[in-house]
Amino acid sequence: MDPTFFLIQVLNGLQYGLLLFLIASGLTLIFGIMGVINLAHGAFYMVGAWLVWWFAGQFDSFLLGMLAALVLAAALGWVIERTLITVLYEREHLDQVVLTYGLILVLNELQRILFGTDVQGVPVPEQVQGSLRLTENLTYPVYRLMLAGICLLVAVAMYLVIQRTRLGMWIRASAANREVAATLGINVRSLNALVFAAGTALAAFAGMIAAPISSVYPGMGDSIIVISFVVVVIGGIGSVKGAFLGALAIGLADTFGRVLLPEFSSFLVYALMAAVLLWRPTGLFARA
Amino acid sequence: MKTLPLQPSPRSLVAGAGGWRGPGRVGMALLALAVLLALYPAYGATLFPAQHDFIMEKLVTMMILAIFAMSLDLLVGVGGMVSLGHAAFFGLGGYALALTAPEYEAASVWLTLPAALGISAAAALVIGALSIRTSGIYFIMITLAFGQMFFYVFNDSSFAGGSDGTYIYFRPTAELFGVQVVDLESPLTFFYVVFGAMLGTYALLRVLLASPFGRVLRGIGINPQRVRGVGYNPDAYRLVAFVIGAMLAGLAGFLSASQYGFVNPSMLSWHHSGTVLVMVILGGLGTLHGAILGAFALELLHVIIEPLTEHWLLVLGGLIILMVLVLPRGLAGLLEGLNRLGRRRETGGGADDDD
Repeated sequence: MDPTFFLIQVLNGLQYGLLLFLIASGLTLIFGIMGVINLAHGAFYMVGAWLVWWFAGQFDSFLLGMLAALVLAAALGWVIERTLITVLYEREHLDQVVLTYGLILVLNELQRILFGTDVQGVPVPEQVQGSLRLTENLTYPVYRLMLAGICLLVAVAMYLVIQRTRLGMWIRASAANREVAATLGINVRSLNALVFAAGTALAAFAGMIAAPISSVYPGMGDSIIVISFVVVVIGGIGSVKGAFLGALAIGLADTFGRVLLPEFSSFLVYALMAAVLLWRPTGLFARA
Repeated sequence: MKTLPLQPSPRSLVAGAGGWRGPGRVGMALLALAVLLALYPAYGATLFPAQHDFIMEKLVTMMILAIFAMSLDLLVGVGGMVSLGHAAFFGLGGYALALTAPEYEAASVWLTLPAALGISAAAALVIGALSIRTSGIYFIMITLAFGQMFFYVFNDSSFAGGSDGTYIYFRPTAELFGVQVVDLESPLTFFYVVFGAMLGTYALLRVLLASPFGRVLRGIGINPQRVRGVGYNPDAYRLVAFVIGAMLAGLAGFLSASQYGFVNPSMLSWHHSGTVLVMVILGGLGTLHGAILGAFALELLHVIIEPLTEHWLLVLGGLIILMVLVLPRGLAGLLEGLNRLGRRRETGGGADDDD
């Protein structure tokens, strides 16, 4: 493989992995803190992509559209947590799986009713169109580089919030032991709603920034949720660090799989998961 | 069941899971439904002359789904293994028929059915061995991921028609010494073959659950630590149950592929796994007859609502959410509750005389 081609694939893989991280981190946090397995997390990715497509069209500006879509997605997450997810805290995983599965069907169908079933495209914002010359014979789209950069920024911001702020301390305490955290005066109810809304917004944000490079289509969350689960399983449930490394590993494995073994590319990701599970049945960074 | 054995027998692991009580009121109602179903071909043509063929076909679909739902109930309702990849085995059973059937003549049941069951069992053995070491949420995610892996195997590759799927032009034949035993091409015969398969699956699972193996498995579903403490290895029991459940799902997939003469990757998709899980929960976990009820009820809803609106999935999703919120024990639980209410009224507010 020639080195230029190799480098492009590495960039593609990293960028895809970083995007996956935005989704998987919300998933893993929601499980870690609330003990809820949320199948509908991928549907929020879909919601984000469709909202930005619609709002960007309305405002004629990708950035404004994204702002509006973000606010709406976070509000949606908040409402869903307050009305449905809150019931699930006392329920078994089975009920969580089934209810959030129902939620997927509702969200997917609402999308079809509101925006139709056609595949749509979102243009790359004008300011970041074009390609950047990295080496003599390697150019790479500016938007993709920016996307990777934004995801990295989000990851760093998340790390800082969780490790360095009071809110982050509450989140960590709540993840370690919900009852004790509540006893110590943390308002777990609001914290849950906040984390769920943030997780929803993160997944939706991933859908928004992915919209210009993938297309926007019905049911686009259904495959991303499974791959996000693979990321979480590899990284260890509840671990943001694990989600980060797992996401990069899956992003690279999937990208190189598509290039090298196109017939088996999707297979490769699951083989990687099986290998990790054989070695560590609870993922790389599972909490005890 | 009031005796206290000195040594822990599998029976004693589950309190109140008593022996044969004879059919109660609920049992009689279910029996009546089964008879109604069994006799449908006799009276259906007179009652619904216009839609008879359509109803026959839908009933067969429902019975196949009932087998599929029971196979999942063994894992989820009895063994406490929430699998989100169960459709993979259903699909493997169907694809086994499609891939082993010759193109221009009917395949032999004696060849294709063992192939379907064997392939499902082999896949379940591998997936089970990897996923059963974990439990709870891990198990859910891993079975989902492996299920999706099989989906992609058939979706992305070209050997079985890729995402378009492939046709099976003839239903398999069952011959003994060169003589055709049953003619599956006849809708009536196929109806009764599937009916028999459903009853057989139910009976097999009933016997299995009443056996020491079933008792231990139910105990594992309730509290694996306790069962381990008493000296059984939960993982071994889980794996066996996982493989049996997968083979029955394979049987359902085989029958489904025979019915429609068509297989495609959506048979293996995780939406299919989700739907069958909803059937099991709708019916009521761990009861087996609940799985049958759930499969019939959901498919009936589907048949009734789909022609009315193009947004059937919105209705389904809403119903699923509502079901989790207000009907946590499913239709079987609802039946039991009604039954108890009726009995209480009869005895003038007396306590339950269950055990």
